[in-house]
Order: sequence, then C-alpha cells, then structure tokens
Amino acid sequence: MFRIVSKSVLNPSVVRMEIKAPFTAAKALPGQFVIFRIDEQGERVPLTIADYDREKGTITLIFQIVGASTIRLSKLEVGDRLQDLAGPLGMPTQIPEGAKRVCVIGGGVGCAIAYPQAKKLFHDGIEVDVIAGFRNKDIVILEEEFRANSSNLFICTDDGSYGRKGFVTDMLKERIESGVQYDCVIAIGPIPMMKFVSKLTKEYGIKTIVSLNPVMVDGTGMCGGCRVTVGGKIRYACVEGPDFDGHEVDFDELMYRNGVFREREADCRMIAQADSKEGK
Amino acid sequence: MPNMSLTKTPMPEQDPKVRARNFEEVTLGYTPEMAMEEASRCLNCKNMPCVSGCPVGVPIPQFIKKLTEGDTEGAYEVITSANGLPAVCGRVCPQERQCESKCVRGIKGDPVGIGRLERFTADTHRKSGKTAVTKPAPNGHKVAVIGGGPSGLTCAGDLARLGYEVTIFEALHAAGGVLMYGIPEFRLPKQIVQQEIENLKALGVNIMTNMVIGKILSIDELMEQGYEAVFVGSGAGLPRFMGIEGESLVGVCSANEYLTRINLMKGYREGYDTPVLQSKAVAVVGGGNVAMDAARSALRMGAEHVYIIYRRGMDEMPARKEEIHHAKEEGVEFLNLNNPVKLLGDENKRVRAALLQKMELGEPDESGRRSPVPVEGSEYELPVDTVIIAIGTSPNPLIRTTTEGLEANKRGCLVVNEDMLTTRDGVYAGGDAVTGAATVILAMGAGKAAAKSIDAALQQK
Ligand SMILES: Cc1cc2nc3c(=O)[nH]c(=O)nc-3n(C[C@H](O)[C@H](O)[C@H](O)COP(=O)(O)OP(=O)(O)OC[C@H]3O[C@@H](n4cnc5c(N)ncnc54)[C@H](O)[C@@H]3O)c2cc1C
Ligand SMILES: Cc1cc2nc3c(=O)[nH]c(=O)nc-3n(C[C@H](O)[C@H](O)[C@H](O)COP(=O)(O)OP(=O)(O)OC[C@H]3O[C@@H](n4cnc5c(N)ncnc54)[C@H](O)[C@@H]3O)c2cc1C
Ligand code: SF4
Ligand code: FES
Repeated sequence: MFRIVSKSVLNPSVVRMEIKAPFTAAKALPGQFVIFRIDEQGERVPLTIADYDREKGTITLIFQIVGASTIRLSKLEVGDRLQDLAGPLGMPTQIPEGAKRVCVIGGGVGCAIAYPQAKKLFHDGIEVDVIAGFRNKDIVILEEEFRANSSNLFICTDDGSYGRKGFVTDMLKERIESGVQYDCVIAIGPIPMMKFVSKLTKEYGIKTIVSLNPVMVDGTGMCGGCRVTVGGKIRYACVEGPDFDGHEVDFDELMYRNGVFREREADCRMIAQADSKEGK
Repeated sequence: MPNMSLTKTPMPEQDPKVRARNFEEVTLGYTPEMAMEEASRCLNCKNMPCVSGCPVGVPIPQFIKKLTEGDTEGAYEVITSANGLPAVCGRVCPQERQCESKCVRGIKGDPVGIGRLERFTADTHRKSGKTAVTKPAPNGHKVAVIGGGPSGLTCAGDLARLGYEVTIFEALHAAGGVLMYGIPEFRLPKQIVQQEIENLKALGVNIMTNMVIGKILSIDELMEQGYEAVFVGSGAGLPRFMGIEGESLVGVCSANEYLTRINLMKGYREGYDTPVLQSKAVAVVGGGNVAMDAARSALRMGAEHVYIIYRRGMDEMPARKEEIHHAKEEGVEFLNLNNPVKLLGDENKRVRAALLQKMELGEPDESGRRSPVPVEGSEYELPVDTVIIAIGTSPNPLIRTTTEGLEANKRGCLVVNEDMLTTRDGVYAGGDAVTGAATVILAMGAGKAAAKSIDAALQQK
C-alpha cells in the first residue's frame, strides 16, 4: 500500500504524485484530505486529495515544496512507498443546494486544492468559472486540467507575464460588476487571498467557501492544534472543516497561528537545502 | 513470619535532578530481594479486602503468596488470569485509591506495595522471554474492534483467545491509544506497550492502523463486511479548552497536542521531524495525571520554570499521588488555588503571561470536594511563554455522528446496558468512550466485560 505509481513536476516547486491507497480512493470526495507519514521519523503531514481514481485505487496529491517534509516527499520516486496514509479526512465541500453558477478561485498551489471542486461541479452540470492566480508565468499549474473542467478559465499573474495582470480579486470584481451572478464562490489559496476574496464577496452578499490549512497533528479531533475561530467559535478544521464560511473566518488569527514553528522550520529548510546541494 | 515493617520497601528511582532532564523511566523497579521483602509484608488475609478494591478482581494475596515462594512465573499466571496488561497497570494504576486503599496493613503504616509487586512480576516474566503465545483454533466468527487503546486491546485479546478472528481498526499510525500518545516514556516505556501489542498479534489479532472509522469505513460497512459484532473503544480524546481570552495565542496548546508531539511523534528525539514548543516558562492548567505528565515533559524538554495551575487545593488534585510527589521532587512549581482568567500576548501574538486569579475553598460541591471561590481583586500576571491546557477531554463525536441509532448522553458518552451493548444491535462499547476520561484499568475491565458479552451473544447464534 501507499506506493507511488506516478510522479510529475508541475513547476520548479510543485510536484504531483499518484499514490496507491484503495481505502482512501474508494471514499474520497472533493474538499477532503489525507495525512501521511513518509517514514518512522517523519511528521504527520496533511495534503488535499487533488484527484482520485476509484477503479485504480489511487489518489493524487499536488504539493508545494516549502519545508523539510515536502522536500523529503519530493525526493521519493515511482515505486517508493509512504509508511502511513490516513484518509479521506475532513468534510467534503458543501455547495449550496441549487447553485447554478459557481466561481472557483485558486491562488498558487491552492489551485491544486480547488481543482477537484471545479471538476466535480462542472461534471454535475454547474456553470464553473475558474480564476487562477499565480505570481508569474513560470509557476502556472493545471492550466489544461482547468480548461477541460470549467466553463471559463481566467488566469492572472501578479506581474502580467501570463494571462491578465493583477490579483484574482480584481478579476472577480470585474466579473461581478459586469453582471455575472454567482451563487457561490470557492476560494482556496494563501490566507491573505482568501481573506480579501471573502471581504469582496461579503460586499456583494455572495456565499463564499474557503479551505483552511492550520497546523495539524492527528487529523482526528484529538489534539486541538488545528483549531480556528469561525463566527466567534472554536472549530476543529480537521473534522469540521477544512472548508468554512469565508465571511465568518478569523483569518488574522489563522495567519499568526500558522507561524508557530516558523523559526524551527526555517532552520530545517536551510539544513534540507544544504543537504540537497550536497546531493544527499 | 510476615515482615512487620510499617513502611513499604522503597522503590529505587533515578535521582530527581538527573531524571528531570531525561526521558528514561523514573522508577527502576524492585530487585528480587526487594520484592521478596515487600511480598512478605502481606498477611494473606482470608477476606481479601484488597481484591474488593481492584476493578478487575486480581487475586492479589494469591499472587503475592507465589512471590514469597519464589515462584514469579506462578505469580504471573495468577495475575494474568484477571489482568492482561500487568506491566502497564503496575505502573499507572491509582493503587492508593484501589487495592492499596483497602489493604489492612494500611490501617497502621503503609499498605503492601501491590502495584510495585505487580510490576515486578510482569517485568520479570517479560525479561525471561517466556511469552509462549499460541494461536488458538479459529471458531469461525469475525469481530471488529474500533480503537487500539487499553479497552480495545483487552477486548481483542480475550476474544482472540476464544478463537475469534479479531481486527482492530486504529485511527492513528500506531495502536496503544493513550498508552502510546499520552502517557510519557519516563512513566511507561513504549517498548512495554509494543510488547503487549506483539503478543496480541501472536494470538492472531489483526491490527489495521490509519483506519479512522466514521471516515474511511463506517460501522455499517464493517457489519456488511461480515463482522458479526463491533466493539467501540474509541476513548475520550477530544480536548476541552477554557474559553478564556487569549487561548488562540501562539504558545497555547492542549496537553494532548503537546504530549502527542513528544510521545507518539517522538519530537523530543534527535532525527525525528515533528517540532515541539521550546519553552522557558510553562504554565500547565489542570490537576490530573494529564497535567502532571505535561508538566514533567516540559521540564525534560528544557523549560526553566514549570507551573501547575489548579483552582482547587493540593488534597483535591485528581492525579495519582506518586505523580504529584515525583513532579514536586523534579521541581515543578505548584500554584494551587489559582485560576487563569485571561492569557496575554506580545505584539507577535505569542503568549507572554497568564493572568491568574486567586481562589479560596468554599462549601463542598456535588462531587464532595470543597468548591473554589474566586477572591475579588486578586489577579496577577505570571510570565510564561507556553500554556498547556489539561482541563479534561470528552469522547470524540466522529463515531456517534456517523452511526445511525447509536445513542449518547449529553456529555457525548455512548450509552450501554449492563452487557456493554449500545443502542445498536451487535455494537458494544466500553472504556473512556462510555465513561468519559477515566483510568486504564476501568477501560480494560470494560473491554473484558464486552468480550464476554460478545462471546455469549455470538455463541447463541
Ligand atoms: C487540510 C490541509 C490541506 C492541505 N493541502 C495541501 C495541498 O494540497 N498542497 C500543498 O502544497 N499544501 C497543502 N497543505 C499545506 C501543507 O500541509 C504544508 O505545506 C506542509 O505541512 C508543510 O510541511 P513542510 O515540513 O514541508 O514545511 P514546514 O517548513 O514544516 O512548514 C511550512 C508551513 O507549512 C505549514 N505547516 C507546517 N506543518 C504543518 C502541518 N503539520 N499541518 C498543516 N500545515 C503545516 C505552516 O504554516 C508552516 O509555516 C494543506 C494543509 C492542510 C491543513
Ligand atoms: C496524559 C494521560 C495520562 C494518563 N495517566 C493515567 C494513569 O496514570 N493511570 C490511569 O489509570 N489512567 C491514566 N490516563 C487515562 C487512561 O489512559 C485512559 O482512561 C485509557 O487509556 C482509556 O482507554 P480507552 O481504551 O477507553 O481509550 P484510549 O486509550 O483513548 O484509546 C482509544 C483509541 O481509539 C482510537 N480511535 C478514536 N477514534 C477512532 C476512530 N474513529 N476510528 C478508529 N480508532 C479511533 C484512538 O486513536 C485511540 O488509539 C491518562 C490519560 C492521559 C491522556
Ligand atoms: S489486604 Fe493487604 S495484607 Fe491483606 S491480602 Fe491484600 S495486600 Fe495482603
Ligand atoms: S489536527 Fe488534531 S484536532 Fe485537528
């Protein structure tokens, strides 16, 4: 179990892996995630199920290389196995009943998390506009996949090197102002992006779902590390989320709480990079 | 002639100053001579008051008698006729409230060190390598056990010994429950837990890890797969927070998170990836075993000051007496009759202090303990960089919310009848999932009782 059956590099810091995990593949729905451990020494790391193939019994993970664990994961090859993998965890994304037109917004690697949602909605016959934002042309991912699974795809880059110049919020605002009626917006990406999308959609009264990525350990509701404040109440993202109502989330709190191990992680990153330069 | 010494034979221990900085086991265990000396303090009373104090009815005087005869293996057999995890129980049971509280030698002087003798017996057996476990002939019935804590392990073991094909479904990557993720190495070496799990495997018990029931498979699906009965031993792992201002600050976590990072993920060891908070001054809120374990772990992680903040008095603390004693010896500072009212952060949202309010003891409440009453205007700041909340846990709602017809009371505990049967046909439950956070031995007792009921029900089929 948990054997890597295919691997591809989407951009210099984003990798896609397909992994044999029949129990997970049988049950997975968009919005859910897995927690895995590379080996005995590894951390428990959460990643969204970006795609699944019930017949082959495989799931796809798309991850950004940001620190020790994702660097180690990126070094595994086809045929290698993960020691542990648990999932699907969390609640599947709940689209409001009767929604006819939905805007799915992805920021950077958040596009990987937003992709299964877009795909499912599109296949359910809902009009899906995708707005995908990236810093620049070199890191654009999943363009083909989104194009095949959406009614309209809008790519934005911060520097204008590809698609439209500007932020996803500019594009969203333009669409809304031009008279497009969205029943729901799904925004997944960096915390500031989700915060500003939610702020904008609140003005227009459009229901907005965001997917939160607090630090997790067990993923079963046992540690409380993933607690987030939504509508003034403590919620455990691993069991009650990771999707929440964007208009209710305390994004600033999530932002500082995610920095809890920042100093130690920076150390790990330096060590891991040094290791990789030495070819370890 | 019994040994009439009024005091227990002392337990060899690591020096408090040394052990407060390492994760090795604190108590070293009796030598055979010490065990003989302590065993001979037992009067072998006819009415066996100690046995009435033991939740699983270990034949205490009988096993102690075997020890006085030098027959440790015989003693082991006597204990394991009632208790499948003696090496664990000898270390973690609150003996002072169970068997030892009833011992006649305790009327004048110390009771017999029953827990220490139990541990000696189990450790001697383990070191002898005599674990002749044989797989019994299968009886053709399949049972699923949810959760690999003491209740699940006991239920699985008892059923496997009767020939059932048992599969344990455990949510985490390792079985053991609180014994693996909660209770620290220095109190319960993980190798002992592993050995018990290996013994179960040798009995033919199949353990599937990473299986979060309710998400990956539901109880209904297990039954469709041909499991004729299900035992739910999913514990009470959901941590409670206080609901005061500042609990979201960086540096504030539940004891479960802190202990899991250290014990299950081995974050304290070189080479393991999971980070643990690095602290100088730690406030642990709570007065139970969980609080003591978190506080003593924080010392071992290098904290200079570790405070226990508990709103009642010293005598009201629910922790095992030995843990409080050890924590004090190691330098944990006890702030009893203090209650946090607010946590204060710095400009980076890291906790910098706890605002504490002094309490005094008022009238006894419904639990019979004198209830704490706040002293007006007594608030003061205690500078800390870490706050660990250990004020209790409740059962995880995952299973009951994904299983139709499974009733729970208002505290979220599963409702069972005297046979440990839940409100769903074929679904049994026990341990913390039913009682709320309790003890290892009560969880084991429940697993045992459920195994008996499951066997009775399936044999009638
Ligand atoms: C439900 C969920 C789904 C996610 N899905 C994806 C995904 O599909 N693709 C993707 O690239 N990333 C995803 N993430 C984020 C991913 O888990 C982190 O990037 C990863 O844990 C970083 O580990 P690291 O050791 O490589 O980096 P580190 O250097 O350890 O951390 C970098 C940053 O990642 C975050 N992080 C660290 N440890 C954890 C942890 N245990 N749990 C959550 N966040 C952590 C912190 O904010 C930290 O600052 C998801 C997170 C969650 C909670
Ligand atoms: C830090 C700490 C110290 C303690 N110290 C002592 C002590 O000194 N003495 C003492 O007697 N007691 C002590 N206790 C209490 C004791 O450990 C518990 O009462 C006992 O472990 C309960 O056993 P259990 O089998 O009911 O549940 P647990 O030990 O909680 O095991 C439950 C298991 O079920 C798994 N699980 C949960 N949900 C699911 C699911 N949906 N699917 C699959 N698996 C699931 C969990 O991962 C876990 O492994 C302590 C508790 C803690 C937390
Ligand atoms: S009560 Fe004490 S002295 Fe009597 S049998 Fe039990 S352990 Fe021995
Ligand atoms: S990750 Fe531990 S409770 Fe959610």
